[in-house]
Amino acid sequence: MRTLVIAEQDRGRLAPATLNVLGAAGELDGPCDLLVVGHDCAAAIESARVLPGVERVLVADAPVYADRLAENLAELVVAVAPGYSHLLAAASTSGKDLMPRAAALLGVNQVSEVIAVESPARFRRPIYAGNAIATVESDDPVKVLTVRQTAFAAVEPAGGTAEVVELEQVIEAVATRLVGEQLAESERPELTSARVVVSGGRGLGSREGFELVYRLADRLDAAVGASRAAVDAGFVANDLQVGQTGKVVAPELYIALGVSGAIQHLAGMKDSKVVVAINKDPDAPIFEVADYGLVADLFEAVPELIEAL
Amino acid sequence: MKILVPIKRVIDYNVRVRVKSDHSDVDLANVKMAINPFCEIAVEAAVRLREDGKADEVVAVSVGPKAVQEQLRTALAMGADRAIWVETAEDADLGPLGIAQLLAALVREEQPGLVLLGKQSIDGDNNQVGQMLAGLLGYPQGTFVSGLEVVDEGIEVVREVDGGLQTLALRLPAVITTDLRLNTPRFIRAPDIMKSRRKPIAHTGAEQLGVSPAAGPRLLAVHPPEPRAGGIRVESVGELLERLRQAQVI
Repeated sequence: MRTLVIAEQDRGRLAPATLNVLGAAGELDGPCDLLVVGHDCAAAIESARVLPGVERVLVADAPVYADRLAENLAELVVAVAPGYSHLLAAASTSGKDLMPRAAALLGVNQVSEVIAVESPARFRRPIYAGNAIATVESDDPVKVLTVRQTAFAAVEPAGGTAEVVELEQVIEAVATRLVGEQLAESERPELTSARVVVSGGRGLGSREGFELVYRLADRLDAAVGASRAAVDAGFVANDLQVGQTGKVVAPELYIALGVSGAIQHLAGMKDSKVVVAINKDPDAPIFEVADYGLVADLFEAVPELIEAL
Repeated sequence: MKILVPIKRVIDYNVRVRVKSDHSDVDLANVKMAINPFCEIAVEAAVRLREDGKADEVVAVSVGPKAVQEQLRTALAMGADRAIWVETAEDADLGPLGIAQLLAALVREEQPGLVLLGKQSIDGDNNQVGQMLAGLLGYPQGTFVSGLEVVDEGIEVVREVDGGLQTLALRLPAVITTDLRLNTPRFIRAPDIMKSRRKPIAHTGAEQLGVSPAAGPRLLAVHPPEPRAGGIRVESVGELLERLRQAQVI
């Protein structure tokens, strides 16, 4: 048995989620290699080669990989797959884009959003927006998995001594072209790995009202999240959405401000350690999952909270 | 251009699911079923492209037992021109790969310029079929799409990605999977339902398509998630702070 983890890197920076995927790989038997794909990713390779538990870092560094498109990445994964019993990636938007395509080319199933490894062939994963947990078993000769970042502890980003192996394959994506990206720049902690998350919902009322979320987040050095309603209403951009189809978070402290708590939102945050809900509607479903619920007007309670912190 | 829209019959998104007492699966007996919300968005997007003159035919397809015809009727009422029912047995054990294999065979027969489908179904939450279908066909893929525009050389899509938004240009034929913010599906009126009854639903199956679809991973058990311990209501901001300090989270 041998595992290949497909690393996620952006402009030379290794994504934190890769450390959690390596945590999941550590629960499988056998050695583990890491695949780093991109262009000018020397810094990511440097970070990768000291990760504990990684035997070899396979590197595909070429201009054709700069945009990290699923079309050629999937073919590359298929080309390096022989000899591996498990292929793992984060259940991020890029992992979800890539891994099913690679699995189909290999003629095998893919197991999505794994939250527990019961054996090398048996995994647990949430279904129905996390309202049920399925245990599934795969007979496929190679198991292709995406891993939920919040379900596995990250490995330390130091202490390893991996061998770096340059790959020869250069595969072009001929029918797909990156036109542009609008990426959010933020000084705040990253949403999926933050210790504290402050999330806002429709109750904030407007883009201006949402400032309250940022103010509290700044006070707590927290990441900012949002419900689908707040994103749909245009208060914030899509990259902040927490829920079944957005990001899944499990911080030590999750503070929901004016979030009603639709099951689709709860699916993205109910594994948080401590949940606080402030909402003026005493019947909001968010209170069912809150450790501490405060029925109050946000625009009075939150400034008071910021003042007292 | 012809657009093929694969859709899925799932539990209605408002229904609270319950796990069966023998933990074999969730209990779907006497539960309200509906078209998967992401698939509904895909149908809407396809019909709008036809209404805008960018496409000339919208074909809805669903894989499953007889009951999926209800959701095909919904797609026809929304404006799809015709439908194809790919019949499978009630107890067929298909996973996303098997579904993608059936759809790939159908795409080879129908030769659409575009396949538009939902990014995930709200039951299995797999988020795989579109990517698998694109892989099997060797087509470019645009996943988690919240904007699309037909251009001279193909189609431009705006994707919702973890870092923000990404725009890709895809050559046709291509596979596109829809995210929630692509559109708001139209309300179906009674005359639309009447009209949909006259539209054809063709019938096919794995054998006719020449496919032996792969079984999905074996489902061994289904359990409810660990319940959260009950919380408390606090009366004031002061009490909330005190509790959070006691819990050592601030």
